[in-house]
Amino acid sequence: MWVLLVLIVVVVLWMVAAYNGLISLKNQTVNAFKQIDVQLKRRHDLIPNLVNAVKGAMDFERSTLEAVIQARNQAVKVNASGGGPEAIKQVSQAENALSGALSRLLVTVERYPQLKATGNIGQLQEELSSTENRIAFARQLYNDTATQYNTKQQQFPTTLVAGLAHAERTDLWEIEDQAERAVPQVDLSRR
Amino acid sequence: MIGFVLFFAWLGFGGDYIWALQGHHPFPWVGVILTTVAIIVVWYAYKTGPEKVLWATGARELIDPQTDAERQVANVVDEMAIAAGVPRPRVWLVPDDDPNAFATGTGPGNSHIAVTNGLLRICNRDELQAVIGHELGHVKNLDVRLMTTLAALVGAVLLVRDGMGRMMGGGLGRTGGGGGGGGGGRRGKNAGPLVAVLLALWVISWIIAPLVTQLLALAVSRRREYLADAMSAQFTRNPLALASALAKIESAAAPTVSIKRGAAHLCIADPLGRRLTNREGWLADRLATHPPMSMRISRLKGMGYAELKKEGGSFTSSAHG
Repeated sequence: MWVLLVLIVVVVLWMVAAYNGLISLKNQTVNAFKQIDVQLKRRHDLIPNLVNAVKGAMDFERSTLEAVIQARNQAVKVNASGGGPEAIKQVSQAENALSGALSRLLVTVERYPQLKATGNIGQLQEELSSTENRIAFARQLYNDTATQYNTKQQQFPTTLVAGLAHAERTDLWEIEDQAERAVPQVDLSRR
Repeated sequence: MIGFVLFFAWLGFGGDYIWALQGHHPFPWVGVILTTVAIIVVWYAYKTGPEKVLWATGARELIDPQTDAERQVANVVDEMAIAAGVPRPRVWLVPDDDPNAFATGTGPGNSHIAVTNGLLRICNRDELQAVIGHELGHVKNLDVRLMTTLAALVGAVLLVRDGMGRMMGGGLGRTGGGGGGGGGGRRGKNAGPLVAVLLALWVISWIIAPLVTQLLALAVSRRREYLADAMSAQFTRNPLALASALAKIESAAAPTVSIKRGAAHLCIADPLGRRLTNREGWLADRLATHPPMSMRISRLKGMGYAELKKEGGSFTSSAHG
């Protein structure tokens, strides 16, 4: 009799712990996913300032700079236009174009060693590589957290309470082709 | 924190209890005072520890980065905070030419990372990233809080024990008297052996407490270094960068003069330049705050090669598929 009671208490306590662990991981995954958005937005906000800062020194590469600005404006416009699968695809393409324009700008800078000597350009390079790093690290954190979440909910005994916690497998951020780099195909808000 | 307070409560109230078992029923003032002292010490260390450490090193906070190096370190800290998934720590610069770095604070929400000018000078971006990743590993593991507690524990136990030495002598005398008379009260007879065991346990805790806590602190510290190295590799996915940063720090082995003994266990490399750190063996294993640099580097290189191998494997499989 007592043994049974103790057993029930232990099982209930374990269920509470496992449930809370899953919920916590789920929310961390959602948060990590939002971080990617935050970093993409940060990149959009940063680019105009950066371009303005180097405009004078890079007057002869006006087209490269304009391409960056244009790609950035396109990305901002598409981002603001709302959800839906079609929009996600557009966002991916816009972010992809922006990445391309930025890398072209960096390559251009590399071609002019004397440019790098001036303060603004060095600053530009630092900010650009930092921005790209931030986005990469945000994605890495998302993948790490989502993997942890997926593993936890699939492993034995925790999998027994996975249904209770509405835990569902989340997709990792994979770079299959360039067009899919910008936005992952996951929807964590379901159910 | 709680363990520390409970430990002191045991030391204090345990003494009172033994006293009470012998028929004396004084107000448990030893326990009350010791517990209060413990709470105050913990609270004080918790509140002022990080500021004290930073102040002692003469660090200045990096709020508005001016030079390229400053901008870079501010960016790198931002990036690694994103990678670690913790709020951005405050960044401090220590005016010292020896390369070193440390983290302090009370947890991810309130943390500080300090780097020396020497570190900024000798490290490239990847290496700086790896070092900052190591420090953020400490922050994320709550090492910074743990180390503060352990330091407070070691210090306070030593302090209080010295003060309590005389009192303990008095307590022992009373036990002898109670046992000899055989009539130390109603409970004295029944609880005779219990008193003896409790008293022995209590006295032993007093004697070995400082020793044990100190060894514990050191053991925890060394294990945590390995763990933080591994977390840095997890954040940057580039263990070889940390290996090369450690090698650079090691080769500039002058002691970091602005970092005092109390903060030594917080640093990425032993700032005191003690030879002990570089030796292996039983004694060094127990007395150094940091594991031998060569061991850390070889473990990181092991991680790096494992990663290369994994990448190579997936590359060939995808090429065939």
